[in-house]
Amino acid sequence: MKLKGSEIIMESLLREGVDVMFGYPGGAILPTYDAMSQYEDRLHHVLVRHEQGASHMADGYARATGEVGVCIATSGPGATNLVTGLATAMMDSSAIVAITGQVPIPAIGSDAFQETDVTGVTLPITKHNYLVTDVRELAYTIKEAFHIARTGRPGPVLVDVPKDVQIAETEFIWPDDDIVLPGYDPPWAAQETEIDAALRLIAESDRPIILAGHGILMSGAMNEVRELAERAQIPVSLTLLGKGAMPEDHPLVIGMMGMHGEASSNLAIQEADLLIALGMRFDDRVTGNLNTYAQNARKIHIDIDRSEINKNVKADVGIAGDLKTVLTQLLPRLEGKSHPAWIGRIRDWLEDSSERDILNYETPGILLTAQVVNDIWKLTGGDAITVTDVGQHQMLEAQYYPHQRPATLLTSGGLGTMGFGFPAAIGAKFGKPDEEIWAIVGDGGFQMTLCEMATAVQENVNVNIAIINNNFLGMVRQWQELFFEKRYQATPMVNPDFCKLADAYGIPNRCVRQRGEIEDAVRFAQGIDGPTLIEFVVEKEEMVYPMVPAGADLHDMKRRPKPGEA
Amino acid sequence: MAEVKIESKVTVVALVENEPGVLNRIASLFRRRAFNIDSLTVGRTHKPHVSRMTIRVEAGPEYARKIATNLQKLVNVIDVRVIDNEPHVERDLALIKVRNDDADSRNTITEICDRYPARIVDVGPKVAIIEMVGTEDIIEEFIEQVRPTGIVEMIRTGVVSMGRGTRIHDTNFINRRTMVEAASKARNSNGHNV
Repeated sequence: MKLKGSEIIMESLLREGVDVMFGYPGGAILPTYDAMSQYEDRLHHVLVRHEQGASHMADGYARATGEVGVCIATSGPGATNLVTGLATAMMDSSAIVAITGQVPIPAIGSDAFQETDVTGVTLPITKHNYLVTDVRELAYTIKEAFHIARTGRPGPVLVDVPKDVQIAETEFIWPDDDIVLPGYDPPWAAQETEIDAALRLIAESDRPIILAGHGILMSGAMNEVRELAERAQIPVSLTLLGKGAMPEDHPLVIGMMGMHGEASSNLAIQEADLLIALGMRFDDRVTGNLNTYAQNARKIHIDIDRSEINKNVKADVGIAGDLKTVLTQLLPRLEGKSHPAWIGRIRDWLEDSSERDILNYETPGILLTAQVVNDIWKLTGGDAITVTDVGQHQMLEAQYYPHQRPATLLTSGGLGTMGFGFPAAIGAKFGKPDEEIWAIVGDGGFQMTLCEMATAVQENVNVNIAIINNNFLGMVRQWQELFFEKRYQATPMVNPDFCKLADAYGIPNRCVRQRGEIEDAVRFAQGIDGPTLIEFVVEKEEMVYPMVPAGADLHDMKRRPKPGEA
Repeated sequence: MAEVKIESKVTVVALVENEPGVLNRIASLFRRRAFNIDSLTVGRTHKPHVSRMTIRVEAGPEYARKIATNLQKLVNVIDVRVIDNEPHVERDLALIKVRNDDADSRNTITEICDRYPARIVDVGPKVAIIEMVGTEDIIEEFIEQVRPTGIVEMIRTGVVSMGRGTRIHDTNFINRRTMVEAASKARNSNGHNV
């Protein structure tokens, strides 16, 4: 059967199991949009309001489902608008496939209208990318793109398709065979000698700690990690993206690590004699000063990306492999252990932290972000998917909304992309239509992608938007307060009336100024099948503690004040 | 961390797909990971769809692994080998144009060339071009010898390396175009439709 390139794109997407794509039309992708009409019943297209939104939606979809998210854009400005979303997905290992139109092959290199060298622009921020120059290679290329996006360490893959390739016809041959790429061979299992070495370090350790990262979720190794922790009685500290790797109410979970991590985690890392780093990459926000980081500890590092091992922290045992596979090799030979003194010491730190908890304070007349987040946690039964933006509200979400299940906190960790939260929440809802979804965003970040309110209305997406409004770029303001003598340069914000804005889009809304009003507003949002918006007007100069200043030693935290100290 | 002056060099040999943009991907990787390229050569192999690169990087041995693992992540890079630790042959080629406008310089040049694997490949009334093939070290040495006579122009290809003996660095990789054409043919012969 002869098909046009545009139809081959649709057929290929269907064969990869795609049922929704997020995009925006334009000249060079128009043949593909034209082909969509034949596939409408099987392949839903969501019209976004800005291509950045499309890339974040595909990302949110991918993170929520573990499947590949798809976004589509035209050449030139359409494709360059995807860049932030691709970089975000790259840093957080999120599997998305972006399809972009390109000017016709004869026009490439002529500075044609809406021409950009998109494969060049996206080269460092995609796992791989393609410019398809022959329609006969299109189906194979798309299959390859999905394979690369979802296997190994997942990541974004871009396929740039010139307009004439979309129009050209060829026999449609879907390659039945598995993709074979000689230059692409993600590691899988560990060698027995590596397992021996890891087991030996665990057996010799008195003060071990597991650093649980995003890779656990990606590999689906939650049960294996839990078994490792429970059998050898090893406390578990979570990275931001590792949340959900173990239920946060599990007695061995000792909180998030890093810059705004819990003191219990950071102090434990500094005093540990063994770090077992699982699917994490020792980001600078996690380690602080590398020269003083976990000096007493030997390190076992298991990650699917070989280049992560020994990148920032030298591993005594470095294993490149799929986490679930490697742990399945390791567990049968793991001996039971207990470390009562070590766990007791961490318990003391945990108690000290809970004494300092913000929620202990009565704050008549003002509303704190921590209170908002914690109340949303209670009112959603701790079981919603929350999607955050970046900044103070993001860190407070991580601290005050404990997550029990994997893939229930979606957040831009590596790139720290403001504007991610709301569109990613829309994408997540398409992937998980039966879940309650909350986009928890700041007033700054929300304004970067708020145009997607129209998308949410057009598609009637049941996403609840919680805007944490302090009329400041709060995290930047916090740094200015601490490190720039309170010179609040370019951080105070004059905002629109978010509720009136929601009205204009036809989105039901509430504004909350007192803690007593939270429950009513959340229940209101939960009762509506469609987008809702709640503006929470919070304390302007709230701080996020604990905080390890950038580049400082991990144990050198600015702690939350104890009651009476503040 | 204390500043360590890195004087050693790492030689990496990579088999890559002979496709447009592959050199760009590798150059981009080196730039963004801040690996400093000393020389990079690319050339065809006996298989038309496979190119081979020899990349020389100013870095300590601990960097060799980092470079190799990062290179290996590129989809178009088929195989990577750090060649410093195995017996290997390496060659660099230099073309050196020297002043040649009096009897003295002519004599000196001829005499130096006799002592090295170098030969004069072009002679004019004012300048001559010397071709020199050898290891990087011996070329450096040769350059210092002819420098006083007056080098007016010089180009070097950069090092190419090959491991010795029977440990073959090759690939049976078949590229996509070949696969697509094979699939096309198979389809035509059995009439199978997808």
